[in-house]
Amino acid sequence: MSFLAAILVMSIGALALGLALGYAAVRFRVEGDPISDKVNAILPQTQCGQCGYPGCKPYAEAIVKGEAEINLCPPGGDEGVRKLADLLGRDYKPLSGDEGGEKPKLTAVVREAECIGCTLCIQACPVDAIIGAAKQMHTVAASLCTGCELCLKPCPVECIDLVPVPETLANWKWAHPVIPLFSAPPRAESDPPSPSRKAA
Amino acid sequence: MLQTLFKFKGGLTLPHHKQESAGTPIVAAPLPEQLVIPLSQSMGSAATPVVAVGDKVLKGQLIGRAEGWISAAVHASTSGTVVALEPRPTPHPSGLSSLAVVIAPDGEDRWIERQRVDYQTLSPEAVRQCLQEAGVVGLGGAAFPSHAKIRAQHPVADLLINGAECEPYITCDDRLMRERADEIVAGIGVLRDLLEPERIKIGVEDNKPEAIAALRAAIAAAGESFTVIVMPTRYPAGSLKQLARVLTGKEIPVNKLPADLGLQSFNVATAQAIWRAIQHGEPVVRRVVTLTGNVEQPGNWEVPIGMPIRDLLALARPKDDTDGILMGGPMMGIPLPTLDAPIVKASNCLIARSPARFPAPSPEMPCIRCGACARACPQELQPYELYWWSRAKQFDKAEAYSLANCIECGCCAYVCPASIPLVQYFRFAKGEIRARDREQAAAEAARSRFEFRQFREAREKAEKAEKLAKAAAAQAEKAAAATKASAAENVPTNPEASTPANVVTTASASDLPDAQTAKQALIAAALERARAKKAGVGEGVASTTVANSTTDEAPATLETVATAAAPEGEGGA
Ligand code: SF4
Ligand code: SF4
Ligand code: SF4
Ligand code: SF4
Repeated sequence: MSFLAAILVMSIGALALGLALGYAAVRFRVEGDPISDKVNAILPQTQCGQCGYPGCKPYAEAIVKGEAEINLCPPGGDEGVRKLADLLGRDYKPLSGDEGGEKPKLTAVVREAECIGCTLCIQACPVDAIIGAAKQMHTVAASLCTGCELCLKPCPVECIDLVPVPETLANWKWAHPVIPLFSAPPRAESDPPSPSRKAA
Repeated sequence: MLQTLFKFKGGLTLPHHKQESAGTPIVAAPLPEQLVIPLSQSMGSAATPVVAVGDKVLKGQLIGRAEGWISAAVHASTSGTVVALEPRPTPHPSGLSSLAVVIAPDGEDRWIERQRVDYQTLSPEAVRQCLQEAGVVGLGGAAFPSHAKIRAQHPVADLLINGAECEPYITCDDRLMRERADEIVAGIGVLRDLLEPERIKIGVEDNKPEAIAALRAAIAAAGESFTVIVMPTRYPAGSLKQLARVLTGKEIPVNKLPADLGLQSFNVATAQAIWRAIQHGEPVVRRVVTLTGNVEQPGNWEVPIGMPIRDLLALARPKDDTDGILMGGPMMGIPLPTLDAPIVKASNCLIARSPARFPAPSPEMPCIRCGACARACPQELQPYELYWWSRAKQFDKAEAYSLANCIECGCCAYVCPASIPLVQYFRFAKGEIRARDREQAAAEAARSRFEFRQFREAREKAEKAEKLAKAAAAQAEKAAAATKASAAENVPTNPEASTPANVVTTASASDLPDAQTAKQALIAAALERARAKKAGVGEGVASTTVANSTTDEAPATLETVATAAAPEGEGGA
């Protein structure tokens, strides 16, 4: 008879565990996809579409589904790829199409005298960083601009420039200490790079 | 009275070099040709300028209004004319500029009307306001607005008055305690009335016997019961955490403010400035600065805020082999990249460097893990670990080893036999961590703005669709009524399918010309300019596509709206 008791005990155990698991599945249900949220948190949220997806979140979802490589986001830079590789346990790959190394952080500036108030740039900006109204001069809220370049192309009069974010007392930081090998003559301050604009 | 003193771990006994500048009384510095007064002189937000170029100002007149809670007002340090309001170099390791008011003194040094503040009859709220308007900040070097420390939320058990002045060379607090002990004591009395602490402890290192005697005499003369505590001279006893440890035995954890432990501390010079502000209605327009190091005439000067460092330094006559100026002490001070920067409220000392006094550091060698740095660290950290991770730019690891706890005192670098500039690595890592946090916050903000935009676009689309459907329905009804009225039969109309498209096209046909005629000339001119520019660059092809796309744009968008509207409208109907 003891084998019946054993079966009974095992079935009761299985039932109890099954109920516990079922309850946990309902009670601790996670909304959304936690992994793609984690990936999204690493992406720089520039929303520039350079990865080939319409924004960072779709790219994050594509990565998690295994449809996309992890090295397609230029604004995230090398560090971003490393973090993604770390998180997902994939192999590190150098940034794809990375010719000129990492770009300095840019911000868009509207040459206000030339703006015709067409509102096309407002429609293009993914983070609503451009302020203006129809037939009024537009301007970019520098603190909100992510430098994604999406507003450059739509502007019919090409009055938007991307300029490097200037160094101020608020964002200045100490440099990595260098070991001087010889005493170099003081370097002349080179001209700041002229406002660049990507050829359309 | 018997007083138990506590000890902190680590720290160093350094050569004082104080006797050089401590011997002579404080001298008032002459007015320079120009005063450059930066509007950002305290922690927190910069002041907002309230004067314009050409304005006549009096000594002590407000020139920058405090902006927000953690901010202090800025005043003219002498009477004269505002000659510029522009970015000027600041005494900062970067040498970057920030907005400053430049005043040409008229030589009269005429005060505004000063009014004594009867603080005993005022609410603490109003006294705080007075101190903020007088621009009182911590004069020990941190420049934290003092009014923000005087708040009643936490009961203060120990009020600590910092007269330790632990860094070598600096003697400005020493001289102030010797010469103006009565004002310091009176200022501490004001702080006592505002904060109502249980105990008041004035900490002074034992290498300043004259200052200790002067303070004790002033306390006796004023009939007060403050305790002057003589601390053993050990660097960095004047750092807040170490001072709290020595005077009260309490450790301040990294994520807590001193106020959370019932502690509050003020520098002796700050106490004096508070007294001047309350009793004489004088805002902070000058401070005592030590000039020492490789100079002919070391000493202490009372300097108007905004005096260019070059002019001030000339008073002490730097020797010929001077090869740089340090602002602050030799341990924590920063090399000044430019002498055009002015003296600000936080400047306590200028040290002229010379190769003999401050020999160039020997080249950095690999760390031998001797542990000397860990024994010297007053914060009980492991600098060699922090160094390792900072150097490798592994900032998470550095944070895990409590990099945030490092006070950048320099003890570790001082004792390191491999002469590794440890503090430079720590400053670098801290800056990168701060920048990373800023970027993270910006990315988070961008993400929420992007998501909100998507939400808004979806909502607008739905609203538009609804509107169009309604208009279409109304049109259909009207059409139906019309057909009924004319009594024309056998007309198989299908309003759902045909009219919405009609409505849209008529709307676009009637609205668009209106919108375009208004600024057409302007836009045409602008487009012409763009075309000309492009032709100049040699990209004639692109211009036609741009022009095409703009002319096509409006109808195209309306069409998409119409098509998007159709299914929505049907669903709603
Ligand atoms: S390239 Fe990077 S920043 Fe740009 S949208 Fe894609 S993930 Fe976002
Ligand atoms: S303003 Fe231009 S560059 Fe800046 S976020 Fe918007 S679209 Fe991108
Ligand atoms: S004192 Fe210098 S050599 Fe010694 S363990 Fe510390 S960092 Fe390394
Ligand atoms: S600089 Fe930082 S790590 Fe070095 S001794 Fe001072 S507190 Fe410790």
